[in-house]
Amino acid sequence: MISVRNLTKTLLLGELLQGLGLTFKYMLKPKFTVRYPEEKTPQSPRYRGLHALRRYPNGEERCIACKLCEAVCPALAITIESDVAIDGTRRTTRYDIDLFKCIYCGFCEEACPVDAIVETRIHEYHMENPGENIMTKDKLLAIGERYESMITADKAADAAYR
Amino acid sequence: MNSLARYYTSLDPALQFALLKGIEIVGVLLAVVISVAFMTLAERKVIGWMQGRIGPNRVTLFGIPFTDGWGQPFADVVKLLFKEIVLPASADRVLFLLAPMIALVPAFATWAVVPFSPSFVLADIDAGLLYILALTSLGVYGIILAGWATNSKYALLGALRSAAQIVAYEIAMGFALVGVLMVSGSLNLSKIVLSQSGPFGWNVIWLAPLAVIYFISGIAETNRAPFDVAEGESEIVAGFHVEYSGATFATLFALPEYANMILIATLTSVMFFGGWLSPFDGYLGADSLLAQPSFVWLFAKIVFFLFCFLWFRATFPRYRYDQIMRLGWKVFIPLTLVWIFVEGLMVYWHVGPWRH
Repeated sequence: MISVRNLTKTLLLGELLQGLGLTFKYMLKPKFTVRYPEEKTPQSPRYRGLHALRRYPNGEERCIACKLCEAVCPALAITIESDVAIDGTRRTTRYDIDLFKCIYCGFCEEACPVDAIVETRIHEYHMENPGENIMTKDKLLAIGERYESMITADKAADAAYR
Repeated sequence: MNSLARYYTSLDPALQFALLKGIEIVGVLLAVVISVAFMTLAERKVIGWMQGRIGPNRVTLFGIPFTDGWGQPFADVVKLLFKEIVLPASADRVLFLLAPMIALVPAFATWAVVPFSPSFVLADIDAGLLYILALTSLGVYGIILAGWATNSKYALLGALRSAAQIVAYEIAMGFALVGVLMVSGSLNLSKIVLSQSGPFGWNVIWLAPLAVIYFISGIAETNRAPFDVAEGESEIVAGFHVEYSGATFATLFALPEYANMILIATLTSVMFFGGWLSPFDGYLGADSLLAQPSFVWLFAKIVFFLFCFLWFRATFPRYRYDQIMRLGWKVFIPLTLVWIFVEGLMVYWHVGPWRH
């Protein structure tokens, strides 16, 4: 009896039609696709993208060349050289981040005692020539100056959870 | 224009006929090729929709707004035509280049006997059905030759699979058409369509199992999912067309496959769903606009069956090879034979199409 029922079920293609019904239902549903350059997914203030070096509001560099970020960096992407500046403070003479080595873990940001190195939410950047993957101190400071308001806003948004 | 018409009438009648048919043939082939182009787009779009995506949406058609993605097939064609044709070192060069053309010819030639509308058919021959059966089975030679000429294990396996599969399903397909023949009593496709007029006249009503078997066998015959083991990416890379690229890939794989799909959809409509007959024929008055037979109805039916092709591909996982063989030999062939017997009983007791 069961075999007869199974046979009729098979011959009437019941389960196949059920599957077809499911795919048809999905055809009419709204799509998940995000049309990327025109549409973007929401981004967290914690997003870890391109790096930046910050300054104090009076224009003084935050970085004190303590090299904690260099030490903590798991990918050895950061290279720092330091010297005594004209005003007698300890400053970096070289602060390079190799973006090809960097794994965007955010440890440098966590390690920094003065909030100098940060990862911004910028993720749409590219390189066109060899060597552009090395973010020098000047480039990092420039990014920090340009996006300072965004960085402070993101830091403030995340401060409650730290 | 006037002088052109005068020149035409001054020609020999045989030449006039040849000229007219030539123009018609070019028209039909162009229509088929353009349909194939848009079929590739429709395939990607429909499968995308069923998977919650939106499919190709970047290339517009000549920059016309709201045609996102419509230009994709033309972009693909241009890309394929400009790509290098790679000739494998150990391939049989002549057959390797000949196979795509051999695959292409039957896919196009079959259109000669298809009745597009009550008044338009390229060749209204009486053995139309035989012609179709003969040519659709020729299509596999292109695939077999491509697989053999490539001189690669994957390609050969794909070709062998395709050959065995087509042999298995050709028989079921032939038997399904025998059922149609019993109803219409003619091999002429226009007469097969005409025999389905009137209320409850469509063959699908009395031959429903044969219609289903014919369409499924058609899917198997065109090597489409879920019967696409001849390509079987996950098992034999790409089967018979592993080493084909550029224009040869387009003519071996894309054009015949899609042209055959459209053909199977057309034949299913013609054999079982009344071809160019209106679905309201016999229910509404004979002079009502909806009941008029026309190409529009055939087109609508073709579009529906082509959609089914894509729908099945988006829904069903690929059959295992032995399951394909089992379905073909042990399910479809006995089922068609049983239904032909049932049809014999219908003839005997004068039911269905034989009630008069």
